[in-house]
Amino acid sequence: MSGLLQQLFNGLVSGSFYALLALGLSVIFGMLGVVNFAHGAFYMLGAFGAFVLLDSAGLSWWLALLVVPILLGVIGMVLERLFVHRLMHLFPLYNFLLTFGIALILQDLIRMKYGVTSQPYARPSILDGSVDLGLFTYPKYQVFVFVFSIALSGLVWLVLSRTRVGMIVRASTERAELTQSLGIDVRRWVTPVFGFGIALAGLAGVLAAPMRAVNSSMGADLIIVIFAVVVIGGLGSVLGSVAAGYIVGMVTAIGNFYVPALSQSLVFVLMALVLLLRPAGLFGREEGVHA
Amino acid sequence: MILTRLATLTNGWNPALRIGLLVIGLVLAFGLPWVMYPPVALDIAAWALFAVALDLLLGYTGMLSFGHAAFWGSSAYATGIVAIETGLPFPVAVLGGALVAAALALPIAMLSVRRSGIYFAMVTLAFAQLVFFIANQWRSVTGGENGLQGIPREFFGLDLSDSFYFYYAALPLILLGLLGAWRVVHSPFGRVMVAIRENQARARALGYPVDRYKVQVFVLSAFLAGLAGGVYAIGHGFASLQEVYWTTSGKVVVMNILGGMGTLWGPVLGAGIIVLLEDYLATAGIDAVGLVTGLIFVVTVLLFRRGIWGTVRHLVRSRRRPDERAAAQEGEPESRPAPARQG
Repeated sequence: MSGLLQQLFNGLVSGSFYALLALGLSVIFGMLGVVNFAHGAFYMLGAFGAFVLLDSAGLSWWLALLVVPILLGVIGMVLERLFVHRLMHLFPLYNFLLTFGIALILQDLIRMKYGVTSQPYARPSILDGSVDLGLFTYPKYQVFVFVFSIALSGLVWLVLSRTRVGMIVRASTERAELTQSLGIDVRRWVTPVFGFGIALAGLAGVLAAPMRAVNSSMGADLIIVIFAVVVIGGLGSVLGSVAAGYIVGMVTAIGNFYVPALSQSLVFVLMALVLLLRPAGLFGREEGVHA
Repeated sequence: MILTRLATLTNGWNPALRIGLLVIGLVLAFGLPWVMYPPVALDIAAWALFAVALDLLLGYTGMLSFGHAAFWGSSAYATGIVAIETGLPFPVAVLGGALVAAALALPIAMLSVRRSGIYFAMVTLAFAQLVFFIANQWRSVTGGENGLQGIPREFFGLDLSDSFYFYYAALPLILLGLLGAWRVVHSPFGRVMVAIRENQARARALGYPVDRYKVQVFVLSAFLAGLAGGVYAIGHGFASLQEVYWTTSGKVVVMNILGGMGTLWGPVLGAGIIVLLEDYLATAGIDAVGLVTGLIFVVTVLLFRRGIWGTVRHLVRSRRRPDERAAAQEGEPESRPAPARQG
């Protein structure tokens, strides 16, 4: 029993990463109508950012947690202005292909510089060791990741639901043209929102650095899982993507407990079920299915 | 708008030019192993058919499948297994592989067409990853990370171990596949495909069962991709996980984008360029396939979205007759009505 519980907790921790990545992807999609294929690559860059800052400047993980997302967010905004923006009025597939190309480039550049072996990254000393959770002991760091991601998702939700900026972003996400016609300059928010989504991906990467293998391909397979997650949750639905992230994390963990060989496939089976029963996604709007 | 588009589709080139192109294409197809290393020529042929198969979906029906490696790869495995287990002539094994790919495509298509546009791309990519994980786990059948090795080139006792001769034995399969694609595109069925691409809602309003058409195109495309994958597996003598990995799906998409989707010559041209480029990089010892492919994606999508062939065709057309220029421009991807976001 405690074994299963421990697996469930593992699921919540990996779900934390899914949730943060799906959240960023969803916010970007909502605002720009762009599915950012490079999201996994920015997650990878986040982890490498933490590694490089520690390795060359001796910057601690805590500082990296602050600096790296900001840095990547700025890079994301530049990217949006330079490239993504030019394709926004076209068929949305073009931006999907553009960001796919960007992902390939980033991944290959990192591979050329650092090779394919994983870089070591030590846990921050305060979070080293384990904590007794009653039924089992659990690494402190993993507990921190879970709490941090829940808090961050909650914070993003608060900002979106309680502030004026959040209201504008939500309105643009739901009905961009209507929002525009009510006199709100939707375009002004496009670049910052893109940067914010990228920053979230980078943040997830920094969080991953001490507990996952830091290498150039760490984001490549992950992004496909995230795609399945947002299809399950309903892309564009902020709550849906976060919830689907944790659900997928837990389902995968339970699968891993009973049938380890199938655990990686479960997320895609779940996606197939959702497509069959509720094509718009668990939290998506029905009208979106056929357009 | 659909009607003018259809008119330009068939009358885009004058007959003499079309026949001339066909002759050049055939001469190239038959001459390829004389001018380059025969295994590379075979790769070009197989990838050309694969790229055209994807183009039926991407270019003609407006559906971006980002998971076509699933069909190319599953056929590569199935072809290999049939060839190893039964020792039947290789075209039979390839046909068996293509049928397996088509059978796999049916449930995937029926689920995937429940979403369209960008969702369709994500869903197909995810299903292909599922196929990848299954191939990775099912070691007793696929050989896992070692791949399926020792696939024979059986053909009525003829010795085809020399790739030069195998190329000519396999070429009819490839040409038949390309002919099939050409036939489909220029059939009433193909017109409906284009109508779905141009305006899905209108095609539905005209009474066409859009989803059924999409599933049919998808399965057909998977079958042709399977033919190509089977030939590839026999040609290389093995099938590996690489064949079902997402990089393979991306590679066949870049061939379409670079060559020019929505044309039949474009993907063939794109396949030739990408295969030769990768071969050059490999022999020159430059380990940067991802970087180069990524750059091609970015540059093509930003600067010439019609691709090479589409750009050439556009230039030829717009120089000929001004009234055709308007028609040609109407069919540009840029001016396509952007589908609703959620769609």
